[in-house]
Amino acid sequence: MLDTLAPLEKPVNPGLRSGQMSVLAGLMDGDGLNEAETPEFNDQTIWMLAVRDKRDRSAFALLFDYFAPRLKAFVIRSGTSAGQAEEIVQDVMLTVWRKAALFDPHRSQTSAWIYQIARNRQIDLFRKNRRPVPEELDLDLSDEPDPSQIIAMEQEVGQLKDALARLKPNQREIIEQAYLGELTHQEISTQTGLPLGTIKSRIRLGLERLRHDLKGMR
Amino acid sequence: MTAITHHVPDALLANYAAGNLPYAFSLVVAAHISLCTECRAQLEAHHVVGGLMLENASKEDLSADLKNNVLAQLDDAVAPQEHYRRSGIYPGPVMEALKGKPPRWKSLGLGVRQSILSADHDSSLRLLYIPAGTAVPDHSHNGLELTLVLQGSFSDDTGRFGVGDLEVADQHLEHTPTADPGDACICLAATDSPLRFRSIVPRLLQPLFRI
Ligand SMILES: [Zn+2]
Repeated sequence: MLDTLAPLEKPVNPGLRSGQMSVLAGLMDGDGLNEAETPEFNDQTIWMLAVRDKRDRSAFALLFDYFAPRLKAFVIRSGTSAGQAEEIVQDVMLTVWRKAALFDPHRSQTSAWIYQIARNRQIDLFRKNRRPVPEELDLDLSDEPDPSQIIAMEQEVGQLKDALARLKPNQREIIEQAYLGELTHQEISTQTGLPLGTIKSRIRLGLERLRHDLKGMR
Repeated sequence: MTAITHHVPDALLANYAAGNLPYAFSLVVAAHISLCTECRAQLEAHHVVGGLMLENASKEDLSADLKNNVLAQLDDAVAPQEHYRRSGIYPGPVMEALKGKPPRWKSLGLGVRQSILSADHDSSLRLLYIPAGTAVPDHSHNGLELTLVLQGSFSDDTGRFGVGDLEVADQHLEHTPTADPGDACICLAATDSPLRFRSIVPRLLQPLFRI
């Protein structure tokens, strides 16, 4: 029962790496970013942006090497036969390539984005109706990226990752099962103690960048 | 337009993210998120957790040719997936359920109309059209019922529900929703059928209502 879990402690701020410092300092000074101050995004973000913006096949190969073996284990765990698992891995990775234009690092992480593609794909295989998904928000890729938002998003995720790592193994197991779709319901609730509030606020900021698209949605 | 004030409870959202909801319920949740930045952010937060689980997953060996097969397909032409956009008051997921066509309304009397979008063993989904000032007819939901307002508004003992608002009701809620004056109220409503009542409802309600 997750509602017996103690709430997680507030994670400590891991601090900024030097490259991030220079970016933030640059932004605070009101200077534009120059080449030397390319922000230090994490590897997955860099690969994903290279795929999205440059259709970079070697970056895609790196994404494949990282995610494909994990995806295979992940979908087998959540009830797919080993035979079908590679078919799903293939579909998911091809979707990553084909739909890369929808990836928005201001509000998402590569792994989160791929997770959602994989769950959709798996569920579609079990259902006669396609899994209903929210309307996609159109990204305007000509908009200037906001490195400080992207880095802040990565930091929030880093803190959540640390918090998860501090959970007792059985608690982490329950959360894993929940997000794999192994549990049917009762344990997934706000009572997991997962500190999602700050991440949600950060994602909201990312969504507000798209406000021009969100207008008229109400 | 007033802001959305009734959102998807987080337990329901977490189950949507994990893929645990019957079709009709997940369609209502997807339609609400299409209208609601707040719930979209919360859903994407759940995806972050799912993504971290993926990063932490063990690794399974791949067939030797899988990577090359995938790389070889990057340039393949793919038939574009049918993609339904919002049309008028109907968000994309509702247009998908309507297969892009306008609703086929059937009269229920007193000016009330319905259009059934799906009905299967574990859930049913329909659009309801309720003229201003009219009460929703006895719609006897045995289990969980989700109602999303798409046009106009309705009120019941628990409050007022305008465009984008989601009402979550269980069989214990005695309510008589009545369409407010103004535009006719059009809602998207999902219920679970009696067949699945025993299995799905207690699970869905436990975290929501602390049974
Ligand atoms: Zn909402």
